[in-house]
Amino acid sequence: MLKTEVLDVAKVRSDFPILKRTVHGKRLVYLDNSNTTQKPKAVIDALVDFYSKHNSNVHRAVYALAEEATEAYEGARQKAARFVGSRAKELVFVRGTTEATNLVRFAWGEKNVKKGDLLVTTLMEHHSNIVPWQLLAKSRGATLKFVGLQPDGTLDMGSFETLLKESPRLVAVTHCSNVLGTINDVAKICAKARSAGATTLVDGAQSVPHMPVDIKSVGSSFYAFSGHKMLGPTGIGALVAKKELLEEMEPFHGGGEMIKEVFLDHSTWNEVPYKFEAGTVNVADAVGLGAAIDYLTVLGMAKVREHEVRLLEYALQTLGEVRGFHQYGPEDLKRRAGVISFNYADVHPHDLATVLDEEGIAIRSGHHCAQPLMRWLDVTATSRASFHVYNSYDDVDALKAGLQKAGAIFKI
Amino acid sequence: MSGADIYRELILDYYRNPRNFGKLEKFDIDARDTNPLCGDEIEMQIRVGEGHKIEDIKFVGKGCAISQASASMLTELAKGKQLDWVKQVAKEDIFKMLGNPDLGPSRVKCALLGMKVLKTGVYGYLGAHYEDPDGSDPMA
Repeated sequence: MLKTEVLDVAKVRSDFPILKRTVHGKRLVYLDNSNTTQKPKAVIDALVDFYSKHNSNVHRAVYALAEEATEAYEGARQKAARFVGSRAKELVFVRGTTEATNLVRFAWGEKNVKKGDLLVTTLMEHHSNIVPWQLLAKSRGATLKFVGLQPDGTLDMGSFETLLKESPRLVAVTHCSNVLGTINDVAKICAKARSAGATTLVDGAQSVPHMPVDIKSVGSSFYAFSGHKMLGPTGIGALVAKKELLEEMEPFHGGGEMIKEVFLDHSTWNEVPYKFEAGTVNVADAVGLGAAIDYLTVLGMAKVREHEVRLLEYALQTLGEVRGFHQYGPEDLKRRAGVISFNYADVHPHDLATVLDEEGIAIRSGHHCAQPLMRWLDVTATSRASFHVYNSYDDVDALKAGLQKAGAIFKI
Repeated sequence: MSGADIYRELILDYYRNPRNFGKLEKFDIDARDTNPLCGDEIEMQIRVGEGHKIEDIKFVGKGCAISQASASMLTELAKGKQLDWVKQVAKEDIFKMLGNPDLGPSRVKCALLGMKVLKTGVYGYLGAHYEDPDGSDPMA
C-alpha cells in the first residue's frame, strides 16, 4: 500500500516537544488522541508568553495589562468561533464538553423540560452526553430514550424516526463516536429533530479536532467541543448556541462577571456569552486554544482529515494482518474518524496496554467512558488507537510489532 | 522486572484455566465488586461450614489477566481456612501469591480486586463493615 503523506509529518513532529522523549527507553508512539492530544510548542509558548507578559484578569480593570489580557481572551473567542463557523457572541467558553452538556442541562433543561417530556440520546454516546440527561430526566420527571445502532456501528435511523414520533424535547447526539469513530450525519439528524420540535445538542469533542466543522451547516441548537483534544490546553472548551437561545436561558453559575446589576433581592444578567462565564475565566488556556487553532488552521483541517483517513486505511490493513485482531467500527472510511477500537485474541485490553507501554506505545484500554456502547458490543473493554497530525505510518508499524510481541508473550 | 514481565506462565495459566470458576448452588456469602477505572469485575460465593470454615468458594468475573488470575489463586488459598484468616490477608500476601510481580500503581488495583471482594463478603457475614479507603491498602 502506498504510504503517501498529505502533511509534512516530520516537520509537524518537530513542533511537538514531548515527541522527543522516550518511554521505557523507546521512542514515544502516542496513539491516545481521542483521549487527549499533545501540544505543539506554539501552544506551550502562548501560555508562557501570556503569563510572562500579559497576565491580568479580564473585562474589569482599565490598566494596560487588563486591556491586553481582555484582547487576548476575546481574540481567542473570535478564533474559536471562526474555526467552527460561528460568531464570537454565540460562543461560551467552558472547561470542556462535559461542562457544556451540564451547562445545557441546568441553564436550558431545568427551565424548558417538563414532567413527562422525552429526552433522546444514542447508544454510542460518551458518558458526558448521557449522564447529564439522566440527571435532568430525574429532576424534571422526564424520560430518557436511546437511538439504537446498526450492526455496522452506525446509528439506526429507523429507531430515531420512531422516537421522533413521540415529539422529544431534546435530541442529543455525538458528531463522531469516540469508540467506533462513526461520523454521524448530524445535519440530517438535527433537521429531522427540528421538524419534530426538538432542541438539539451535538457533542463535537471528536469532530472539531479532526475534520472541518461548520456549525451553521450542522444546524444544531447547541454544539460543544473541548480544547485539549485539538492540541490546546486542558480546562478550556466551548459551547456554541444561537444568541437568542442563550439569551432566553437561565444563568448556569452565579457570581462575578455574569451579572449586570446586583441588588439585595435580585440581580440582572450580563449580555451573552458573559452571562455564562461566572467568576474569573480561564484566560491563559483560552489564549492557548487560540494558538492551537492557529496551528491547525495553517495545516488546514481538510488536510488533517485526509491525513487521518490515510493512516486509518493503512492501519486497518496492516493490523488486520495480525491473526486474532478484531476491530469495531464502520468499514466505510468516509463515515469514520481516525479511531480504531479493537480486541486481540483473548488478551485483555489492559494487559495489552501494559505490554505496549513497555514498547513506548500509548493506547487507551477500557470502556472509554461509553459503558452502554460496550454492552452493545458485548465486550467489557476494548483497546483503542486514535490518530492526530503527528502520527505516522511508522507509528502504525510500531503498533503492529507491539501486537506481535503481545502475541508471543500470551502465546497466541 | 517490570512491564510485560508480569505475564509469566503462572498468571497466564490461571487466566486461561481459572480454578474455582463458577457459582455455588448453596452459599452463605455472595459479594461482588468492580474496578470503575477499567471495568474489571469479580463475584465470589462462599459456603461457610462448622467453626466458620470456608467449606467451598467459587468466583466468576471478567477482566484482565492480573485480576482474574489473582482472584482464582486467592480462592484456592482461602478454601478450607477459617473466616478469621481472611481478616489477616494483606496486599503483600497477594503480591507474594502472584510471584511478586512489579505491577506499578495502575495495575495494583487489578491484583487486589479479588481480595477486596473476599474481605467485603466475609466482613459482612461476620457483621462488620469492610473499609477500603483508597482501594489499595485495606488493612492499614
